[in-house]
Amino acid sequence: MANKVIYAVYEDPEQLKDGARKLVSNGVKVKDTWSPFPIHGIDPIIGIKRTRLAIAAFMFGITGTSLALLGMWYMNIFDWPMNIGGKPSQALYKNLPAFIPVTFEFTVLCAAHGMAITYMIRNKTLPGMPARNPDPRSTDDKFIIEVRTADNHGHSAEAITSLLRETPVFEINERQY
Amino acid sequence: MNFTLSNRARSITFGLMILGAVATVVGILGDHTDHHQRTWASLLVTGLFFFGISLGALFFYALQNATETGWTVLLKRVFEGIYSYLPIGAISLVIVLAAGSMHWHHIYHWMDHTLYHEYMIGEGHDAQYVDEAVQGAVANPNYDVLIANKKAFLNQPFFWIRTLMYLGVFIFFARWFRNQSLQLDKETGESLVKRMLMNYRRSALFLVFFAVFSTTLAWDWIMSIDTHWFSTLFGWYVFAGMFCSAMITAVILVLYLKRKGYLPQVNNSHIHDLGKWVFATSFLWTYLYFSQFMLIWYSNIPEEVTYFQERINNHPWMMWGTFFINFLVPMVLLMSRDAKRNPRFLVFVGSIIFIGHWMDVNMMIMPGSLGHDFHGVGLLEIGMFMMFLGIFMYAVLNTLTKAPLTVVNHPYLDESIHHQI
Repeated sequence: MANKVIYAVYEDPEQLKDGARKLVSNGVKVKDTWSPFPIHGIDPIIGIKRTRLAIAAFMFGITGTSLALLGMWYMNIFDWPMNIGGKPSQALYKNLPAFIPVTFEFTVLCAAHGMAITYMIRNKTLPGMPARNPDPRSTDDKFIIEVRTADNHGHSAEAITSLLRETPVFEINERQY
Repeated sequence: MNFTLSNRARSITFGLMILGAVATVVGILGDHTDHHQRTWASLLVTGLFFFGISLGALFFYALQNATETGWTVLLKRVFEGIYSYLPIGAISLVIVLAAGSMHWHHIYHWMDHTLYHEYMIGEGHDAQYVDEAVQGAVANPNYDVLIANKKAFLNQPFFWIRTLMYLGVFIFFARWFRNQSLQLDKETGESLVKRMLMNYRRSALFLVFFAVFSTTLAWDWIMSIDTHWFSTLFGWYVFAGMFCSAMITAVILVLYLKRKGYLPQVNNSHIHDLGKWVFATSFLWTYLYFSQFMLIWYSNIPEEVTYFQERINNHPWMMWGTFFINFLVPMVLLMSRDAKRNPRFLVFVGSIIFIGHWMDVNMMIMPGSLGHDFHGVGLLEIGMFMMFLGIFMYAVLNTLTKAPLTVVNHPYLDESIHHQI
């Protein structure tokens, strides 16, 4: 039997959440959901793990802090000691207040860009990448649950569909893949 | 559900007051500074710190109204409780300021009227002070040209007009908001929305007043202690400290109430968001502190640098310790999501920065008022802190008993109950 993917289309995020709850409580694994905006509280229902993006952002930020301090130490203290504003201290910790704004900005720059790029790579949404959205209406006013039969060997496509019919679903589409 | 003050809480608050009062009296007996300056200064520090907490809470409350924020609706009564201390805080401030006006202490050096006149006739207590070199006048050794130039702003009548205006406006709005909140509970339907919109407009009006007053009150009550010094950033820095202390107080109070079984609808997300406010306001405070410090450090202009010279040369540990505790502790310990959702941890970190911000107010006021007599925080200051903490806790908890702990009717109540992040 060919593997099928089922798209249940809803008109309201709360109805989608109810539908997802019903599927999960019956032991059906939900692959993903598609919506025009983030649905609050959907992640724990369909069992998506906590994002590790915050850890990545922290790492990028630390990298930025160290690079900025290293760069300024090398340029202004080690390689060519500078007397700026009458403070020829020639020690990083003594001239530190002058370096903090740049360090702060570079930390933010690295953290923000690193986080955004990581996010887009992980979601496969870098500019130019093909859209993976199954239905263009999910970018407008429809909310879609995706269930794959390959993930649910205990349930037939018909059983899943009939479960979905019990919820206020707008329409159900099946596709081979 | 109504809050009832447990016997334990009552005995703890009264215990703090009595213990604090005893420690303060012992401290005053050991205070050998001129005019008991240290006693007055520590009364100012602690009075201002707790006044600032309730003022910060009032600001946050108005901000939530003006931005029509939904998730804090469940916590409105908690903030009303915190700002109910405002009149008591105002009394403690007025006592210190009035004592200064009557020359019982010399924390506010500029209140000495002899500084403003270039010449004097006669000597001692009978001397007359004049502005021009008339017959028989000699140069006034007390004359201070820098202070005299500020006479248009720093004179007692105008100072008192401003002070009473701040306190009057704050207390007026605090009472008005509280009454409106109690009225909202009784209404439904269209009149409920109408009243909420009126709250929204009044809160915006309050924020306009607050924007100006929070800066000028910092000039008047704190910056004028170091009369020769000035910093345009100072008002924001003081405000950020108040805001941060208010958010810490709110977190700790909400967690206390939850632990006692009140506020059942407040969930992890509310706690998480309050934790974020502590984290964010700590950074706001750090940002402003450092912006002020770095510009002054970098330019190294004599009239600006005196403030930090005094503190870095004589109290380096206290100054840098305060800065790093208030900056690094929340940054390192409150950064992760789990930390902000862990009640015990939040209370632990919150208590550290709570003390940290009290130390910060000490650092603002003490070196300027005591000069070389300031050797750090002692029994007197700690006693004063405990006494005020007891009064503050009692005032806040007592207000909480007077109305249902969560609002009964509010257009955004449902949104707040379902708050999830």
